Amino acid sequence: MKYAYYPGCSLDSTGIEYQLSTKAVAGTLGVELWEIPEWNCCGASAAHNTDRLLSLALPARNLALAEKEGLDVAVPCAACYSRMKATEKAVRGSEDVREKISEIIEMEYGASNRTLALLDVFTNQAGLEQVASLATKPLQGLKTACYYGCLMVKPPRLAEFDDPEDPQTMDRLMDALGAEAVSWPYKTECCGAGFASSRTDIVLQMSYEVLRLAKTAGAEAVVTACPLCMLNLDMRQKEIEAKNGVAIDLPILYFTELMALAFGHKPAAIGFNKHFVDTTPVVRKVEQGRRAKEVQP
Amino acid sequence: MKTIELSSVLTAGKAFTAKVEADSKVNVRSCYQCGKCSAGCPAAYAMDYAPHQVIRMVQLGLEDRVLSSHAIWLCASCENCITRCPRDVDLPALMDTLRRAAYKKGTVAEKNVALFNNLFLQSVETYGRPHEMSMMMRYNMKSGQLMKDVFRGPELMKRGKMSLRPEKIRDNGAVRRIFGRVRASSGGEQL
Repeated sequence: MKYAYYPGCSLDSTGIEYQLSTKAVAGTLGVELWEIPEWNCCGASAAHNTDRLLSLALPARNLALAEKEGLDVAVPCAACYSRMKATEKAVRGSEDVREKISEIIEMEYGASNRTLALLDVFTNQAGLEQVASLATKPLQGLKTACYYGCLMVKPPRLAEFDDPEDPQTMDRLMDALGAEAVSWPYKTECCGAGFASSRTDIVLQMSYEVLRLAKTAGAEAVVTACPLCMLNLDMRQKEIEAKNGVAIDLPILYFTELMALAFGHKPAAIGFNKHFVDTTPVVRKVEQGRRAKEVQP
Repeated sequence: MKTIELSSVLTAGKAFTAKVEADSKVNVRSCYQCGKCSAGCPAAYAMDYAPHQVIRMVQLGLEDRVLSSHAIWLCASCENCITRCPRDVDLPALMDTLRRAAYKKGTVAEKNVALFNNLFLQSVETYGRPHEMSMMMRYNMKSGQLMKDVFRGPELMKRGKMSLRPEKIRDNGAVRRIFGRVRASSGGEQL
């Protein structure tokens, strides 16, 4: 399996763990990721808030570079994924849009390739049976809250691989890795996303609700597929605790980190030490669970 | 909301409603005000008008009021509303159109949201990708919050999550030219 790989801006900076663990997982699964050369930012919310044409042209340049190679595009970040899907659909749906966008990006782009969420690639496309067979160090007994956030599964017009209200892809993945996915109501609620700088108060409130409900459901870790969710839930967790006078202490991990851990990669090599909330309780819990199972099979 | 004399407003606002519908490709007249969007909106608590009221203002052609509202800038584009709307009214697309219109008209109520968007796009135009460090420094200076999140910088750098130097992509100016051509076009609302 070979895909064009669009890491997106976060994976070289604030989402470095996502990058490290993605590469480790791809290696184990035998998925070849061809990084789009000199890819540019998708424009994120800033572009679609400001100018419709810009919001389509910025993702289109990357998609066109992949199309030239005849490759579908694997995208880790939920926001990039959504912007690329929106572009793909707009170009596929209108000859006028296709012509205009091709003119603006100085490249032919006909949307003959598809954009796929990395979550979809590493689970549904690679096959969960294969994933389970490679999980030589299963995450015995770890209770996880699978947090899909907003754009990975919504709107259904763009995100097509799972249910928008009760998605299951990550839940099934946790099952394949030997972990438990708790049932909780905030799977697809927004963390506050891009308001992190401009209206931090809103992010602190919205992310607090997500963390509070994950904790109430008995989760020992939150699993995410989005670098912005990670930043809001992990980096700002201390601030959220202080503001609300509560202790949360909930490690936040990318689904790729848990895959890589179950595949036997060393925690430090896949970014476990780069989080703000201490992730060692997760590693310890998993090791304890494994030892208990070895003693009492 | 104070009392509004509807019949005269409706006549005066017809052009605005039509323009917003054409630009967003959203048929706002489909909305029957059930309020499902507002019930599920995680940001509604912070808004001056609930999401269904934003649609109502567009239906009535209350241009000044809706374009100077905070609500249109506090929509996080999380897509809850359109996922659940029984009438398929694409509220996130409508919010985008209203933000662009407010920006053009100079009636932006949430100045820092628009400022952040601008600085983000300037960084993308310059380097091809945003450079967090310089972007956040400019944001703090321009928004008058010099100390905002300053301790985050060292914390992020310690973890290898932020770099001092921007990484400029070698695209032979392709991204700059995209911005230039977009500026020369009319925003693509008609497409």
